[in-house]
Amino acid sequence: MEVADKKYTFNWDNKIPTGPVEKKWSTHKNNIKLVNPSNKRKYNIIVVGTGLAGASAAASLGELGYNVKAFCIQDSARRAHSIAAQGGINAAKNYQNDGDSIWRLFYDTVKGGDYRSREANVYRLAEVSNSIIDQCVAQGVPFAREYGGTLTNRSFGGAQLSRTFYARGQTGQQLLLGAYSALMKSMKSGKVAVHTREEMLELVTVDGEAKGIISRNLVTGKINRHAADAVLLCTGGYGNVFYLSTNAKNSNVTAAWRCHRKGALFANPSFTQIHPTCIPVSGEYQSKLTLMSESLRNDGRVWVPKKVNDKRHPNEIPEDERDYYLERIYPSFGNLVPRDVASRNAKIVCDEGRGVGETGLAVYLDFRDAIKRDGEDAIRDRYGNLFDMYHKITDDNPYKLPMRIYPAVHYTMGGLWVDYNLMTTVPGLFALGEANFSDHGANRLGASALMQGLADGYFVIPYTIGNYLAETKPGQITTDHAAFDQVEKEITEEISKLLSIKGSKTILDFHRQLGKIMWDKVGMSRDEDGLKQAIAEIQALRKEFWTDVFVPGKAATYNKYLEYALRVADFLELGELMARDALERKESCGGHFRLESQTPEGEAKRDDENYSHVSAWEFKGKDAEPVEHREPLEFENVKLTQRSYK
Amino acid sequence: MSSTDLIKVHLKVWRQDGPQAKGFFEDYTLDEVNTHMSFLEMLDVLNERLMKDKKEPIEFDHDCREGICGSCNLVINGVPHGPEMLTAACQLHMRHFKDGETITIEPWRATAFPIIKDLVVDRNAFDRIMSAGGYISVSTGNAPDANAIPISKPDSDSAMDYAVCIGCGACVAACPNSSASLFTGAKVSQLSRLPQGAPERKKRVIAMVDQMEKEGFGDCSNFAECEAVCPVGISITAIANMRTEYVKAVLG
Repeated sequence: MEVADKKYTFNWDNKIPTGPVEKKWSTHKNNIKLVNPSNKRKYNIIVVGTGLAGASAAASLGELGYNVKAFCIQDSARRAHSIAAQGGINAAKNYQNDGDSIWRLFYDTVKGGDYRSREANVYRLAEVSNSIIDQCVAQGVPFAREYGGTLTNRSFGGAQLSRTFYARGQTGQQLLLGAYSALMKSMKSGKVAVHTREEMLELVTVDGEAKGIISRNLVTGKINRHAADAVLLCTGGYGNVFYLSTNAKNSNVTAAWRCHRKGALFANPSFTQIHPTCIPVSGEYQSKLTLMSESLRNDGRVWVPKKVNDKRHPNEIPEDERDYYLERIYPSFGNLVPRDVASRNAKIVCDEGRGVGETGLAVYLDFRDAIKRDGEDAIRDRYGNLFDMYHKITDDNPYKLPMRIYPAVHYTMGGLWVDYNLMTTVPGLFALGEANFSDHGANRLGASALMQGLADGYFVIPYTIGNYLAETKPGQITTDHAAFDQVEKEITEEISKLLSIKGSKTILDFHRQLGKIMWDKVGMSRDEDGLKQAIAEIQALRKEFWTDVFVPGKAATYNKYLEYALRVADFLELGELMARDALERKESCGGHFRLESQTPEGEAKRDDENYSHVSAWEFKGKDAEPVEHREPLEFENVKLTQRSYK
Repeated sequence: MSSTDLIKVHLKVWRQDGPQAKGFFEDYTLDEVNTHMSFLEMLDVLNERLMKDKKEPIEFDHDCREGICGSCNLVINGVPHGPEMLTAACQLHMRHFKDGETITIEPWRATAFPIIKDLVVDRNAFDRIMSAGGYISVSTGNAPDANAIPISKPDSDSAMDYAVCIGCGACVAACPNSSASLFTGAKVSQLSRLPQGAPERKKRVIAMVDQMEKEGFGDCSNFAECEAVCPVGISITAIANMRTEYVKAVLG
């Protein structure tokens, strides 16, 4: 690998095959080492997490003949947070005859990510997208269809084509249930054992290679050892570092963070997606935020009053006193601009004092014109369950009143650094789906998360894992190895320590405080002063946590607040790394907006000269400064331009 | 926030230290509950208070808090998921309760769902029913083009109506027999409406029904309580479909 800068030596091979981008994946597949079918049964593989990436990987690897152990923290694999994805999944099928192609999906994804992702990975993602749809339909996923019986599509932000497949507003649920059904089938065949309510707390490495995990049984509190020849991390994102996010309450960074501490580089940790269409915060007690699918922007029009501090009822504000600001600023994409652009503009109009609702931290998403045009029934058919959900939460009827929405933390593009084979810098440790960093650059396009999770699990890892396993002798390390003793001892001590503090503040107090620092200073816009303050404040908060937190109950029982304390402890380390990453990247790109780097119109201004790279951070100790490494990004196919949606 | 948005509630909450321990109701009063809070947020607030007093918080299952993951499982005033139709407990808001009201909170109660702690139960039996046959046996990479087999929109929509089950188990909790027929029937109905599900149609229904019985769920006697509490509105026709499928499978 070429060295980008002396200060930022990058020593890891990203394993991207040579040759034209369209041929890289097929060439690579042809060259990948294979494990003989009769030898596969000798290999044990651990899959942590059973969302789209984990369930699809575990099922597919089980079908190939490997012995798989899958772990999830929920009481069933079906409850992983992929289940909550609403809008859809992209694929380059071109069923609509609107000129779509693998190339266009690739191009849109690289551009949407503001040119901070790897061309080779994104091309492969677009390439396998069609097989995902085929696979899911074969599993019985009831995608929306036309009367003629063929599949239908809708359009999503950042694309000018209809390439999104969907199952009402529950696409994630249906795709996950498809992958879960494959997992249940593999469980029956005996090739996959599913461990529910079992949380990975540490990675076990021997001579630097991943050889197993330490987990905690969440029912009994028992600490367990599991040895394996490879470990797959499919644990999702870390948006809950912000306390309030659209993530499920139990989504966390612990497994990924523990791997980072064991040597896996963490790439682009500050790249966070703030989703523009969420239900606004209503009070201090708020425990999470609810997303309203981006698909709503196909028919809903976003506006605020033209006047500052206009407290009139929305239906009483006449047309010429409304500012449909997205349509005004971005005439060609209008309400369908990418998420980062939509979110930032919502913040700007609210900062100007034109926000609506009781808190002034909301904008309208109005269906009045769509209902007038297509009728209430058509709108109900498209978005009925979303409208019902909005009604339940807010007690407002969106058929009669515009919805109030505000941006919320939704997805993290950053994650563990992986090579083209999805292997991290710890040999034998792989990261799939949202847990890795590779495909979405600085901003993920709508309906691409489901695509990536399933691409990694169904169509990438079953091939690429062979390359590692073929050179690894199976079953060398067992759970009586000294490495397991050591790691188990560490985790047991950590749990005892947490329970013994018996301080004056609750875990939630700390989490909320961390979230506020992150939202204010490492959120939608960032600057040098704020980020430096954030680092100092998080360090102080972390110290306070370890001396003044109250963790109730005992170690050897069901104890949800103990689980929570362990997760918040890790968020308190991650938050600092995110701020450092954001500080080091002095350009704006995608969801990372540095106030110091904007165009005259206030759009994100990239600095390709200095920042066209992946920042991959190396852990150097709990209170030591991490070291940044830079993997240069090379664009051979897509021309770098200032992103414009005007 | 005006004071009219605040209510006082008395809670009777089921506490049980472990699977073998004897359970009991414990009483709590919350003086100022904001009516815009969700039911689970109200429990969060109570737990915060308990922990400030160095007491053990109440354990309950929850995750997405958007009504889709199916984790939450509270029987509220005797009704699984509480008083609002088509609403999981996590999406229930305090505006549906009266000032001064006493609210009873219990876990799902069924032999096949043993209690783990307080309001948390073990629902692994559902996974085993799915594992018995709740899938189409297509290995990764074996699929034909997605449009190769057209499926009429009504069939596809009907499959989706059954596919939306969130696997929470409210149907079991509401049933006087603790039957899992709505849960199992929903999956059988979804897959029997799709051409892809046809090859395993007979085998599937027999395996799933057998497993359901093995797990200790009761039979269905058409009380229809399941349909009434289902947070996603699965129709009881799912059970009729399952019976038809079963009879056809056994006789044919």
